[in-house]
Amino acid sequence: MANQKELCLSGKGLTKIFGLGGRKTVAVDHVDFDFYKGEVVSIVGESGSGKTTLAKMLLGLISTTEGEIYFLGEKRDIRTHRKKKEYWKNIQAIFQDPFSSYNIFNKIDTVLLDCIHMRGGSRLPRAKKIEMMTEACSFVNLKFEELTNKYPFELSGGQMQRLMIARIFLLKPKILLADEPTSMIDASSRATILDYLMKLRNETGMTTIFITHDIGLAYYVSDSVYIMERGRFVESGTADEVILYPREAYTKRLINDVPKIYEEWDLSTV
Amino acid sequence: MKQIIQQIFRSGKFIVGFSIFTTILLVVIVYPLLIPDPPLNIIGQGTFFEPGIYVSVFDSISSPQYTLNLDEAAAKRIASKLGEEDRLAIKEWLIASGIPEGEIEIENTEKLLDQWFENYDPAKNIPGMTNAKRNYFIRLNKAITGLLSDEGMSITVKNAETGVLEEKGTIVPSAYVNVNEVPNVRVLPLGTDNFGRDVLTELVAATRVSLQIGFVAGIIATLIGLTLGLLSGYVGGVVDDVIMFITNLFIVIPSFVLLILISFSIGQDQRGAFTIAMVIGFTSWVWTARAVRSQVISLRNRDHVNLSKLSGHSVVHIILTDILPYIASYVVMALILQISSGILAEAGLSILGLGPRTTEVPTLGLMMNWAMIYQAHILGKWWAYFPVIITIALITFSMNLMNTGLDQVFNPALRD
Amino acid sequence: MSNVLLEVRELTTKYVTRFREDVYAVDHVSLKVEEGKTLGIAGESGCGKSTLALSLMGYYFPPLHYISGDILINGKNISKMKPDDIRKSVLGNEIAYIPQAAMNALNPTRRIIHFIEDVMQAHELYITKKDIYNRARELFETLGLPEEVLHKYPVELSGGMKQRTVIAVSVLLLPKVLIADEPSSALDVTSQKMVIKMLRQLMEKGLISSLIFITHELPLLYNVTDDIMVMYAGQIVEKASSKDAVFDPLHPYAKGLMGSIIVPESGLRDVKLTAIPGVPPNLKNPPAGCRFAERCKYVRPDCRTSSVHLRDVNDTRTYRCILPENELRDIYAKEVAQNG
Repeated sequence: MANQKELCLSGKGLTKIFGLGGRKTVAVDHVDFDFYKGEVVSIVGESGSGKTTLAKMLLGLISTTEGEIYFLGEKRDIRTHRKKKEYWKNIQAIFQDPFSSYNIFNKIDTVLLDCIHMRGGSRLPRAKKIEMMTEACSFVNLKFEELTNKYPFELSGGQMQRLMIARIFLLKPKILLADEPTSMIDASSRATILDYLMKLRNETGMTTIFITHDIGLAYYVSDSVYIMERGRFVESGTADEVILYPREAYTKRLINDVPKIYEEWDLSTV
Repeated sequence: MKQIIQQIFRSGKFIVGFSIFTTILLVVIVYPLLIPDPPLNIIGQGTFFEPGIYVSVFDSISSPQYTLNLDEAAAKRIASKLGEEDRLAIKEWLIASGIPEGEIEIENTEKLLDQWFENYDPAKNIPGMTNAKRNYFIRLNKAITGLLSDEGMSITVKNAETGVLEEKGTIVPSAYVNVNEVPNVRVLPLGTDNFGRDVLTELVAATRVSLQIGFVAGIIATLIGLTLGLLSGYVGGVVDDVIMFITNLFIVIPSFVLLILISFSIGQDQRGAFTIAMVIGFTSWVWTARAVRSQVISLRNRDHVNLSKLSGHSVVHIILTDILPYIASYVVMALILQISSGILAEAGLSILGLGPRTTEVPTLGLMMNWAMIYQAHILGKWWAYFPVIITIALITFSMNLMNTGLDQVFNPALRD
Repeated sequence: MSNVLLEVRELTTKYVTRFREDVYAVDHVSLKVEEGKTLGIAGESGCGKSTLALSLMGYYFPPLHYISGDILINGKNISKMKPDDIRKSVLGNEIAYIPQAAMNALNPTRRIIHFIEDVMQAHELYITKKDIYNRARELFETLGLPEEVLHKYPVELSGGMKQRTVIAVSVLLLPKVLIADEPSSALDVTSQKMVIKMLRQLMEKGLISSLIFITHELPLLYNVTDDIMVMYAGQIVEKASSKDAVFDPLHPYAKGLMGSIIVPESGLRDVKLTAIPGVPPNLKNPPAGCRFAERCKYVRPDCRTSSVHLRDVNDTRTYRCILPENELRDIYAKEVAQNG
């Protein structure tokens, strides 16, 4: 990574509160972060820690209750549909469950064509579009000729998630937010998905944010790691710092509770 | 799509419901083509003619006659003519003539008549017999002898000029006509109603109108419910609050009461079948709206909707392509239920006399209404109301069955 | 050699789908579980792990059907017993089974103790409620579960607590073998660890004699079990001690699976994760020859035609491949050398 780190996405005092009055739930509680260009960041937390809410705020799918998000050093403004559309050209996502990520009534062609249209390619000739889709599919080792006119649910989970990466390949966003991209698919396909994601990042230099509960995955892929507990970041730093030499009790516990294979797994701590 | 249809037609319940419903539809379409009579034509002078084959007496006289010598003919004729009262009178006479009661079988016409001819004597008196009674017995004897006689009946026609009755011919008891050769035969499978209208023709027309009312009401209700449900579910916030406020308001007021009030205030003259359908539609959208809303709320946070948003699609596009197809099966099921409940609502309204005005079209509810006003149920004229009940039951039953079948296909948790 | 508690010989069972197609999800599986040992079953989803677990109980109900093979518990063959006898005398007493997501099967309208009463009374007709309560309390005490859980409704308990309660209830009748199917998936890491600790306790305190543990999470399997059996497409492809299975797998599928393990340990970053391309075969008509051939990196022409049998390496280790052990090891060594 370059020595001169350039800020890509950062947040100041970001807060999300659900509900009103007595039934308020603070999902995300004044979090600050700086994600740099080209970096692979992991946000690690257990279920209910607010990591998915944070992800949705970053994507602009839900509003923020308090705090600001800065995109490329400027305050993010997504108050109109037009501005939102502009923002979404820069930030894209891969969701956890490939089976529910696709509209089951749309063919795979539609999924990919949408991406081309979003990049302003709606007037391209048909042959050019097919060429682009074929290129995107071959990037993730899928054959577009075999996929055309098929529906996403005819693919396996791993293939669907690869198609998701092909989508990102076409969109070429500056930021990719991957929300548990491998937790619903078999371990044998997990490495494939991670490989393609990393290949894509290396080619495009996009900032990649992993949202995960799997601390091992976070350690494997990321440059820096944020540990989230009950809506707050309790610890952050480079992957080695946080996972090999955790300082906070919560992080220590989290790492302790994950089964080990190279070292002895201490069961007495529960 | 093809797969879904195949799946649907694998469900036994749907097939049964669908066949019943298509049969009803076919009858409603085909019957008027075969018998193009206006359904509200009054053909019978008098009320509640029984179901049967009506043969023109006038035509049968002039039809070719055939002689058939059938043994039982006379006995059958007498058996049908000899009433309960006559038989009891004969029994009375026979007992008075000293025949033991055990030997008299009043149902056995042949034996009874034999005993009668053996013992009857116009000159004899039985104890306690009044003069009137005596004359009755004389008349009875004459009638029975007349029935048994082989002599024909003569047909006379009044000469228009002279005013003298001229005999045109005689009809003997063994003369028969072929029904096929009688030009005027009317089959009334379900008889006539209180106005003398053919119940079957009326029923078919009524079923058609009721189905139309059901469809219009169902489509209106589903459209309103769907639009409001989609809006309040997807947009949320204030829009949701306002729509839910209205919906809840409609829920607290029983819709049938509302229906009665609206129907009543429209007035008899303004109430056509279409108006009634609209009124029913406008009062029964509430549950569709609520159900659609809850479905949409669970859909709007799904990943594919989020992905569609990230692809920069507009709200309308998302609702139309990412939400609507997912709830389409649900909406179709709701529509089927709305149609069947629309038919029931019309029937309910019409029975109360608040249905469409009575002069134009029959509906299932109106037929029930007429049957009730003219006391068909008290008089035992079952054909005036029972087929209507069966038709209503069959329509709603078949639609609910289709709905359950669809539910089984679209909701895998219910599959067996 | 210690006492063999559960022995399965050439067990074959099938599913019949809604379209009347046969799916042989367990295909000639043989295994032995010794007293005091824990057997782990690993594999991708859809490879027959859960079906095997279900089949091991000898209690079949549609769509699962028994075809052939024997199941011996303590030398008693249960595969030929009537379903009712199995339900009364085998299930719970000899074998207990915790299905996937068992904790969600608790009736939300009944307290835990009532659920326990139902279970006990189904097996022991004349047991009093007081006895049941005492037994449950004792067991909960031994396992370190708070007594008040007994009086709570399932919704009042956390996921981890629910799962531990279900496990405790499953060993109430002191079965010899416990089959746990994914007992810790869908739980957060801390609860998962508690569940694992509890399963270990069950073995240590002698509440059960053997454990069969099924999961797709290999690090977990490694930490719980003595032996690991890897299943693929309804067949056993490798069986070895946990250490060998994880660090020195022989079958290419097992090797691929073990290469996809991710743990937050310093050893991890040096490892290149491996992936197995493709998807498992459709068991409605499994391929002839080696079922893994389609996805195998080292596939040879005869893999697809010749039938592949299990090869025994030693008493405890076996694998299913056409290649002998030394040839396989040569191939692996060459590959490592190539990649540097």
